[in-house]
Amino acid sequence: MELLSWGDRGWGDELFRATLMTLAVAALAFLIGLVFGTAGAAAKLSRWRVARAAADGYTTVLRGVPDLLVIYLFYFGGSSVLMTIASMFGHTGFIGVDAFTTGAIAIAIINGAYSTEVIRGAVLAVPKGEIEAARAVGMSDALLFRRIMIPQVLRFALPGLGNVWQLALKETALISVTGLVEIMRQSTIASGSTKKPFTFFAAAAVLYLILTTLSTWGFQRAETWSARGVRRA
Amino acid sequence: MPPAPEALAVTDLHKSFGPLEVLKGVSLTANEGDVISIIGASGSGKSTLLRCINLLEVPDSGQVRVAGETIAMRPARDGRAEPADRRQVDRIRSRLGMVFQSFNLWSHLTVLENVIEAPVHVLKRPRAECVTDAMALLEKVGIAEKRDHYPAHLSGGQQQRAAIARALAMMPQVLLFDEPTSALDPELVGEVLRVIRQLAREGRTMLIVTHEMGFAREVSNRAIFLHQGRVEEEGPPAQVLGEPRSERCRQFIQSHL
Repeated sequence: MELLSWGDRGWGDELFRATLMTLAVAALAFLIGLVFGTAGAAAKLSRWRVARAAADGYTTVLRGVPDLLVIYLFYFGGSSVLMTIASMFGHTGFIGVDAFTTGAIAIAIINGAYSTEVIRGAVLAVPKGEIEAARAVGMSDALLFRRIMIPQVLRFALPGLGNVWQLALKETALISVTGLVEIMRQSTIASGSTKKPFTFFAAAAVLYLILTTLSTWGFQRAETWSARGVRRA
Repeated sequence: MPPAPEALAVTDLHKSFGPLEVLKGVSLTANEGDVISIIGASGSGKSTLLRCINLLEVPDSGQVRVAGETIAMRPARDGRAEPADRRQVDRIRSRLGMVFQSFNLWSHLTVLENVIEAPVHVLKRPRAECVTDAMALLEKVGIAEKRDHYPAHLSGGQQQRAAIARALAMMPQVLLFDEPTSALDPELVGEVLRVIRQLAREGRTMLIVTHEMGFAREVSNRAIFLHQGRVEEEGPPAQVLGEPRSERCRQFIQSHL
């Protein structure tokens, strides 16, 4: 137990900071992923065939390729792409990319693919008759979108987005390969230096469980709130 | 007595869905205070006619004029027509109240919110004023005590009455009813018909697509029988619904007694 205590002799404070790092990467990735997801859903539902094809490609590739590979691609691939571009401007030498940024972006792109499907489904779930009723009273597209679509899409998307958030939380563990000190990386370091892998990986599991349990509870509250007015089935 | 001014005029509407021609040149005029029942078998184009009037369906050709203002159309790339000015369409729609067969209340808003939504956001009237008016309308349709309920917690009849209040809140020049009682359990039909009857007495201009023959006869001053996308018979309801001249209309009426 002393190993998990706070301060110089234990790893408690390090694990706490790593938990905050996990949360930060996951939250940033989830939010950027929502932007990608919204754009992806808009493209999939657009009249424009090129946009639909591009969005289909995006979701097919990113849901079909291992997440770890995407992270490698961004972290190692990203740095070599940057160096190539820099060399065109006469700059030589190593350019590293920041593990936090690339990690968050990589997960955001993977997450965005899942969010795309969730949001697309939610948009399609808005009853057509309610959209017609909005048009029939003379709502413009912008007003219809703001007053009728967004509140309902949020409501329909929430359960799915809760899942996507859980995925983001757990995918952050993969970023440990780039050296970012989040829960996974920190517990690996600690178990390596103390030779107590079980203690630290168990602690990591508990930390992840705390995060996911709290999120489940949070999303459930949000769902209850957003589902007011829905007939309880 | 001089004739009442024209409220709505539809000229030579055509509409096809793929190879199926649903409207084959329908014209009708409603003067202020007219209550026109539109009857006909399913597939005769009744609902499509109504939906073309407020451009929920875009007619392939023909004109719609509301209170003297013609909806401007222009040829689209596929050779059909499309509205030339979306803002004009929105403006005209705001003057036509539509009541749907399946109510179509906004499920994320309470009854009161449903009624004030368009007056506040489309007409941009002050919210407090809209609430006062909305409460009077809810009172009138008999569901004032349900103001804070969500649509899903109301019966079909209550939902339809809320939808009528929502349409009335826009102070429309013409009300369009698209089979307003067809989705209701038989015991709930009466409460909705009662509200529509009252609106007719107030002299509102209304087009009612309905299968309720007795009601159509009682409430309207004109009836139109549509058959395969054309006006087959038109006249006073006592004649169209009572002693139809056309054989098809006679058969239809007989099958609906």
